[in-house]
Amino acid sequence: MPLSSHVLHSTPLDARSLLNMGVTEDFRRTFFRTTAKDNVMFILLWHVLHLILRVIYLAQEVLHAIQSYLITNGFVTTYQDLNLERVRYLAIVIDSDEARQISEVIQLLEWLSAIGVKKVCLYDREGVLKRSQGVIMERFSSAYLSNEDSKIDPILSKTQLKIEFEFVSISDGKEAVAKAANVLYNKYYLDGDTEKPFFTEADLSEALENLEPDPDLLLIYGPARCHLGFPAWRIRYTEIVHMGQLKHKKYGLILKAIHKYTKVKQNYGS
Amino acid sequence: MDIKQRTQIYKNLGSFARKCIYGVLSASTIPNHIAFIMDGNRRYSKQHKLVDGEGHKVGFSSLMSMLRYCYELGVKYVTVYAFSIENFKRSPEEVQSLMDLMEEKIQGLIKEESIVNQYGVRVYFIGNLKLLSKPVRLAAERAMEATAKNSKAVLLVCIAYTSTDEILHSVEECCEEKWDEIKVLDDGKHEKDVISVLDIERHMYMAVAPEPDIIIRTSGETRLSNFLLWQSADCLLYSPSVLWPEIGFWHLVMAILEFQHKFCYLKKQKQA
Repeated sequence: MPLSSHVLHSTPLDARSLLNMGVTEDFRRTFFRTTAKDNVMFILLWHVLHLILRVIYLAQEVLHAIQSYLITNGFVTTYQDLNLERVRYLAIVIDSDEARQISEVIQLLEWLSAIGVKKVCLYDREGVLKRSQGVIMERFSSAYLSNEDSKIDPILSKTQLKIEFEFVSISDGKEAVAKAANVLYNKYYLDGDTEKPFFTEADLSEALENLEPDPDLLLIYGPARCHLGFPAWRIRYTEIVHMGQLKHKKYGLILKAIHKYTKVKQNYGS
Repeated sequence: MDIKQRTQIYKNLGSFARKCIYGVLSASTIPNHIAFIMDGNRRYSKQHKLVDGEGHKVGFSSLMSMLRYCYELGVKYVTVYAFSIENFKRSPEEVQSLMDLMEEKIQGLIKEESIVNQYGVRVYFIGNLKLLSKPVRLAAERAMEATAKNSKAVLLVCIAYTSTDEILHSVEECCEEKWDEIKVLDDGKHEKDVISVLDIERHMYMAVAPEPDIIIRTSGETRLSNFLLWQSADCLLYSPSVLWPEIGFWHLVMAILEFQHKFCYLKKQKQA
């Protein structure tokens, strides 16, 4: 920059700006070399930045573990009294690879049952949970848990209530909408009269044949905060919370997420 | 050195520092499409005791800054949730002031010195434009026409938009298309179940852009509020607690770092 100001001193305006550009172009070329991807310094700095990010995530994990321990063991009482009336329908999205660990899934559901959640929608992209429906339903067919389980897992010493399940996968998402579109097409175009029909969202809702309400809260168990294709029509105003990976699930954090949800005030656009 | 020169130097230094950060971020994949839900304008207004509607104006200048950072970085598609169909439920005065602000800003977009011409941005207005008042709709159509030749980047402004309305509209268009095909063929064959997922995706308002890589919603709210529900299956949802008028360069950098951190996983999901 000092070089260009010295040059600027004695040249007319047009040549001045051209020279200025030339100087900065040289500077840029020397400093940035070719493209960013080829620049070793940038690549090194990128790795440093991502290393710092990993350390931050690790620190967050540790903090969450401590927080969950404090909540679960009653040291923090803020989350003990949940207004569960507000959580009429809870949805869980699990990454399909993680969903193959059925024992982990069942433990999660046992915790939810202990908290008092009555209706749960289970989603995974590939339908792993749908295929394990039998195993899961069998586990929850009895209304109260046996003494054996409470010795292993202190959380389950609370009474477990009956829990209703819905199993959803990717075929209930976009494909279901295509099916509903065909229902409307067959009904109003092929079999209907010649007048152009007027569809409303209610018509499409009806054609989707989904009798369940929209989930209030959606907990994601997976590497990223991403709903992985949960049926679009049903998550308009659903609060979406990322809980981390299924194998690192924590009871206290579920309480915290539900508690936070019950405090949320939605305007629904207005 | 006077104030003007000092400001210019700080501006140049800032620009240079940003370019260094872009260089570092570019060592890995930069998202192709970022979407923003601009939440928090009214809260900002209340917090800073501004006149009603001032928050939206401050929000607009935040939007211009964010667009600048995105296009400088090389993000090709940027989508913003400007006005939802549900927002029509607000008081008539607020809706009218928002419409007036949007008309003014849309007209500003097609001016010579605007960001749109600086970065060669093509603008699309996405949504049920028939619900807008005539002046806003005309301004939007004029802006789309004026920027139609730009090809370096794309800005999609979702106005009078909800995802459910978009899906419904797409279903209607599919039905009409299939019915017209039958009428043309006129061979008496009325096949059932002819509409596929691809047909629906083709008729979506957002078909002009690929699926978003990141959806950033400010104000710490964790819901999508009927925005890009269909397109966000493999998209990273990022919710910083900052209010929209206060969003800055570093929030964008953090969102992109998070995206890069999860990139392999998100790419695998997209291919599944």
